[in-house]
Amino acid sequence: MSTAKAPIRLTLKIWRQTGPDAPGAFREYPVGPLSPDMSLLEMLDVLNEELTRQGEEPVAFDHDCREGICGMCGAVVNGRAHGPQPATTLCQLHLRHFKDGDVVVIEPFRAGAFPPVRDLVVDRGAFDVLIAAGGYVSVNTGGAPEANTLPVPRAAAEKALDAAECIGCGACVAACPNAAAMLFVGAKVSHLALLPQGEPERARRALNMVRKMDQLRFGNCGNEQECQAACPKGIKIDNIARLNREFLRAAIKSEET
Amino acid sequence: MAWVARTINSSIGKKAVMAVSGLLLGLFVLVHMLGNSTALAGRDAFLAYAAALHAHDRLLLVFELLLLVFFLVHVTLALLLTLANRAARPVPYAVTGRAGGGAGIGPGSRTMLYSGLFLLVFLVVHLVQFKFGGRELPVADLLRQVLAQPLFTIFYLAAVLALTLHLSHGFWSLWQSLGVEHPKYNPLLQRGAVALAVLTGLLFSLVPLAILFFPDFLR
Ligand code: FES
Repeated sequence: MSTAKAPIRLTLKIWRQTGPDAPGAFREYPVGPLSPDMSLLEMLDVLNEELTRQGEEPVAFDHDCREGICGMCGAVVNGRAHGPQPATTLCQLHLRHFKDGDVVVIEPFRAGAFPPVRDLVVDRGAFDVLIAAGGYVSVNTGGAPEANTLPVPRAAAEKALDAAECIGCGACVAACPNAAAMLFVGAKVSHLALLPQGEPERARRALNMVRKMDQLRFGNCGNEQECQAACPKGIKIDNIARLNREFLRAAIKSEET
Repeated sequence: MAWVARTINSSIGKKAVMAVSGLLLGLFVLVHMLGNSTALAGRDAFLAYAAALHAHDRLLLVFELLLLVFFLVHVTLALLLTLANRAARPVPYAVTGRAGGGAGIGPGSRTMLYSGLFLLVFLVVHLVQFKFGGRELPVADLLRQVLAQPLFTIFYLAAVLALTLHLSHGFWSLWQSLGVEHPKYNPLLQRGAVALAVLTGLLFSLVPLAILFFPDFLR
């Protein structure tokens, strides 16, 4: 084992809110000394045990896999969705990226389409509604066809897989100055539009997902690229360009009057 | 035709209209910049250019009316989109740490609204000074008269800066909004936008600077 790293102390400022309509406020919690190898969520676990011991309500936060693959965790840390590390989910953010004595402000993802539930937990159900609006392919059941009957160019497969890396965490909406969901919808539309399986529903998907996105009152893309910087999966804004293209193409080519 | 209204009303449709109107306004700015730059060749060239332009009064009027339409569309949509975007985040963050996208787009994108609003104010002043006022004087003398006042020199240079910022984002952003994107050409579009914006800014600022530093310029 390497030599133990110096433990660190932090001052946390955490957004506390008891319910969807309750007024919220920041509360300050000094924590530490803690191992710098601890993750930010583990730090919250430690804080919550302490709060429970003192008879206080623990800080509510979303999490599940804690290994950066499920998309359940997420909060804005010092103004950055999922914290300051690029391509990192909140659960994979470690205390070694902070300095002893740092003040760490933790607030929930903020967007009208993501209403608050409690503390750091927001309702990201709008993403499920978006997926239901078109983020799927309809496939007949039965035996799987022979793989080579549907040729997929390697470049298309790569791009589709890059887009499919999206874990739906909502950081793009949280980081967008306009609370737009374009990177999420762009990733979903791209990943399916690039593959032959997505072709039959391609136009309808683009139209329906964008309409639903507007109905849910997400903001409008300003091409500021903050989403791409915040995305823990490194999804790029070329997916947004493709979404624009797919939507405009579908609007012009579709037969609806 | 309901689909047209529906498309234009969507978030992506509004952005597409912003992009097209922005492109047309941008093209006008480039033409205006080139015309303006004839001043650098001296008084005679500048007056000849102005005379040639006004020899086609009817055509000019058509272009001016079209420009007005593009302009109103661009500004109205910008305000509508801004209001919708503000409404999309009812509770602001306590701390906002911008990452800047990591794509080297620079300060243009986050200042679009402010540079745009400043250009709107500038445009009104500019039109009052050069389009609707001072008809008695040859335009070269009018230009010298206006820019002889240091306050207006600063105002014009500030507008050029706002324009440069606005175009540095706009000339790239409009392609993105229209879905024009290709891995091979993207870097060119991004850098080309900044280069074109800077070039426009430089050429536009040469005239006020020349008037400021060379008393005999355009005389
Ligand atoms: S908890 Fe699963 S990605 Fe963070």
